[in-house]
Amino acid sequence: MSNVLRSRYVSVFILAAIAIVLPLFLGTGYELRIMVLVAIFSLSAVGLSLLLGQAGQISLGHGAFMGIGAYAVAIGPAHYGIPPLVSAVLGLVLSCVVAYVIGRPILRLKGYYLAIATLGLSYMMSLFIDSEPAFTNGPDGMYVPYISFGDYQVSGTLTWYCISVIALLIGITLAINLATSPTGRAFRALKDSEIAASVFGVDVSQKKVLAFVVAAGYASVAGSLLALYDNFASPYAAGFMNSLELVTAVVIGGMGSIIGAVVGAAILTVVPQLLADYQNYDTIFIGSIIILFLVFLPQGIVPSLRAKIGKEAKL
Amino acid sequence: MRLRLNVMLAALAVVAVSAPVSWAQAEIKVGAVLSITGPVAFMGEPQERTLKMDIEKINAEGGVLGQPLNLTIYDDGADASKARTFAQRLIQDDKVSSILGVTLTGPSMALYPIAENAKVPVFTLAGAIQLVEPIKKWMFKIGHTDRQACSVLFQDMKSRGIERVGLISGNDSFGNSMRTQCLGMVDEYGIKIVADERYGPRDSDMTPQLVNIKNAPGLQAVLSPGHGESATILTRNYRQLGFTQPLYQSHGVASHGYVSATGAAAEGVRVPAPAILIADQLPEDNPQRAVALDYAKRYQERFNEPAGFFGAAAADALRLFVAAAEKAGSTDPEKIRAAAEQLGPVVGAAGIYNLTDTDHLGLDTSTFYMSEVHDGKWRLLGPDE
Amino acid sequence: MTTLLHFVFSGLVVGGIYALVGLGFTLTYDAMRIINVTQAEFVMLGGMLTAVLFGAGFPLWGAAVIAILITIVVGLLMYRLTIAPAKEDDHVGLIIITFGVAIFIEGLTKVLFGKQMLQFPPFSGRESIPILGINVQPQAIWMLVGALLVFLVLHVFQTRFLSGQAMRATSANPLAANLVGIKTSRIIAMAFGISAAIGAIAGVLMTPITLVRYDIGILLGIKGFAAAMLGGLGNPLGALVGGLLVGLLESLGAGYISSAYKDAFAFIVLIGALTFLPHGLLGKKYVERV
Repeated sequence: MSNVLRSRYVSVFILAAIAIVLPLFLGTGYELRIMVLVAIFSLSAVGLSLLLGQAGQISLGHGAFMGIGAYAVAIGPAHYGIPPLVSAVLGLVLSCVVAYVIGRPILRLKGYYLAIATLGLSYMMSLFIDSEPAFTNGPDGMYVPYISFGDYQVSGTLTWYCISVIALLIGITLAINLATSPTGRAFRALKDSEIAASVFGVDVSQKKVLAFVVAAGYASVAGSLLALYDNFASPYAAGFMNSLELVTAVVIGGMGSIIGAVVGAAILTVVPQLLADYQNYDTIFIGSIIILFLVFLPQGIVPSLRAKIGKEAKL
Repeated sequence: MRLRLNVMLAALAVVAVSAPVSWAQAEIKVGAVLSITGPVAFMGEPQERTLKMDIEKINAEGGVLGQPLNLTIYDDGADASKARTFAQRLIQDDKVSSILGVTLTGPSMALYPIAENAKVPVFTLAGAIQLVEPIKKWMFKIGHTDRQACSVLFQDMKSRGIERVGLISGNDSFGNSMRTQCLGMVDEYGIKIVADERYGPRDSDMTPQLVNIKNAPGLQAVLSPGHGESATILTRNYRQLGFTQPLYQSHGVASHGYVSATGAAAEGVRVPAPAILIADQLPEDNPQRAVALDYAKRYQERFNEPAGFFGAAAADALRLFVAAAEKAGSTDPEKIRAAAEQLGPVVGAAGIYNLTDTDHLGLDTSTFYMSEVHDGKWRLLGPDE
Repeated sequence: MTTLLHFVFSGLVVGGIYALVGLGFTLTYDAMRIINVTQAEFVMLGGMLTAVLFGAGFPLWGAAVIAILITIVVGLLMYRLTIAPAKEDDHVGLIIITFGVAIFIEGLTKVLFGKQMLQFPPFSGRESIPILGINVQPQAIWMLVGALLVFLVLHVFQTRFLSGQAMRATSANPLAANLVGIKTSRIIAMAFGISAAIGAIAGVLMTPITLVRYDIGILLGIKGFAAAMLGGLGNPLGALVGGLLVGLLESLGAGYISSAYKDAFAFIVLIGALTFLPHGLLGKKYVERV
């Protein structure tokens, strides 16, 4: 038992335990749906956390990749007759390619150019979705078919809860792996000082692009899961607001912490459900959160708590 | 330690999310999922205000079946995924008898399977024809389809001998839907679209697009199905460029707000208007006149803003729900749904509805009234103008 | 020919606004080596506050002046409360903070002033003036002239006045400037104030034509940044040239290629500039390469 607790994957085990127990409390209706959305959103946030928290690169348009993943599973079956699961994989590939193509030229320069470039990317993705109704059904969103094996259709909140939680756990495990590997150390070296890192032999551009591509991959998978769960690809996922919420999740959870991304994502998904009149104040709420956290609690929730409780800052 | 932290967070989530539902007894619970914020706030806000205003009035007059109506509204912010979440919440937690309003097509389509599974009727206010064709057992569509608006517009053009038309539309939900539907109808009316330009809903200048349209050969009229400030900017650009051809718009600008914001440039613009816009010019024996005037007056007094198409449709959705509930004599969702199909013609502020088991739209184009801006006001056009 | 003239003029007018936004970016980049995402919100505030004050009964000029002053205060407050306390070398954090402030300003505006678009009358009426065969709105001329005036005034300030020269010194070498007795934190605050003023002026100039709403900031910011990048970050003249070019490309693209993707042209320019011209057309050569 103590071996488990000391393992770097202890957070994964704890999350798994909570996840198993949760449906017993929440039932399988609306409340469990919220948990599915938390899991999916967390998956995307974990990817962003690798980019932002570990490698120190800012992406303000992460939703664009969720959009690619979401629309892949709608467009693949509808226009090309490709089954949804395969389409999701293709969407993943496409997201990684796009990230590579955009990332390579821009990441050679100072990191904050990526911020504006990704902001523009997210906007362009929305523009494309809206402007090609023949391809994407425009702003009204697009139907996504069920994944089916013969007669069996993958559907229902409990089923998708299991799928998305497993995906999240895998995603976190891989992220922890990456973060504790030499590549992960290279990422953190980048964040501290690119010049020092390159002096030490780190191929700075290549590592930055790698982080960006990995993050895009996470977002794409999350986007596909969301669209498959809803049987619907909504342009909102690719949009500015969603990208903003993802960044906020990582910031409040703690930029250096992978589990922090999950905490941030959970807060940002659950809190709006609790505040009845939230929608009109969502922008000001998110803006204030970003400012307050970065000015007063720049470490974020999880690392701050950890520091308080006295453990050394790990993952 | 980490374990306790995570357990605490989980407990918090559990407690927060399963908050107690209201225990009020003997109430009729209804819900709505509207897009009050986001890109279509111009539709969602009047819908929200209208529902609240009219339910207050109904409750003050004794409620329905002797019980007050209890309305829960959630804002989906134009996100289909949120709409689906809120629909589930309305049905499962708030236990509504019906969902009285959904603003947009995307959210309507996304939440329909939830309503269908739970057997709760939805009265959607969105504009696309796919919402009722093919017919969906648990969804009624309240308010004209964009196809009907196009039909009335093209009919007017045809009667003036106009064939070659330039089209300019926004790439948001409303503009897209109007454009698709109109393009699909051109053959029926012998209309030829000689230019097809788009603009972004936040664009501040449409001159390049309009210049292209102006250069289209043989141009006889321009159709711009817009709304809000884009419509104002476009209309001003239109006049500045010196177009002589008539400008047609759609029910998105069928409001006094458009005329006052646009000023003199709006003169001569033609629009298929719902009754509330020109209610005082309708003949005394027109059945919609009284209903439309009453709604327009109450909305203006309460909110200090002129009433428009979208709020009127919401008022009618509520009207239909109440009629169905009273006919069914029950708040049971299945009975309400069945009763709605047997109401016969119901006169509303935005149309006269005749819902049946094969027609969940129940509207024809006779309740769109072709109107024109004249001397800074909307003027109902006579049959031969 | 008239068609081309139309597109060109449209492009120049809107390019003037992009130039002003880009100028603000350049100034704060010069001062602190950060991209201040809030720059475009200053533009929105200038237009929005003027519209609100005008609607409440203030005369147009009074409303505009007060709006600009309030925006300057917002810019200075922002510096004082969020930028100054943060660690200087934490660039990632700083940019996200400016982003957070931008979002906060948007949200506050939405809550205080609502979601519809507001406007106020143009400075000298709406009668079009025929120039070279196209009908030009008087306000468009105000916009272009105003933009040029701002650049001129800034240039004079930076070359003839001590504080302006101090600004340039600080941007060239903060340490040396400090050693010579220049209070760098004051200079940076001044840069924030000036960019806020420039942004607000842009907002006041453009609102009679474009109208203003709480959420016009982000898209304007992307385009303004493209302008600054294209012209070369750190060079005010670059912002002017970049802005006009971006405006022109956008207008010509919308007219000749595709109106649906009008907004994409600025973005394409941005990516192209970052890829092929990282110093911009006129930029200084100190961009760090890694």
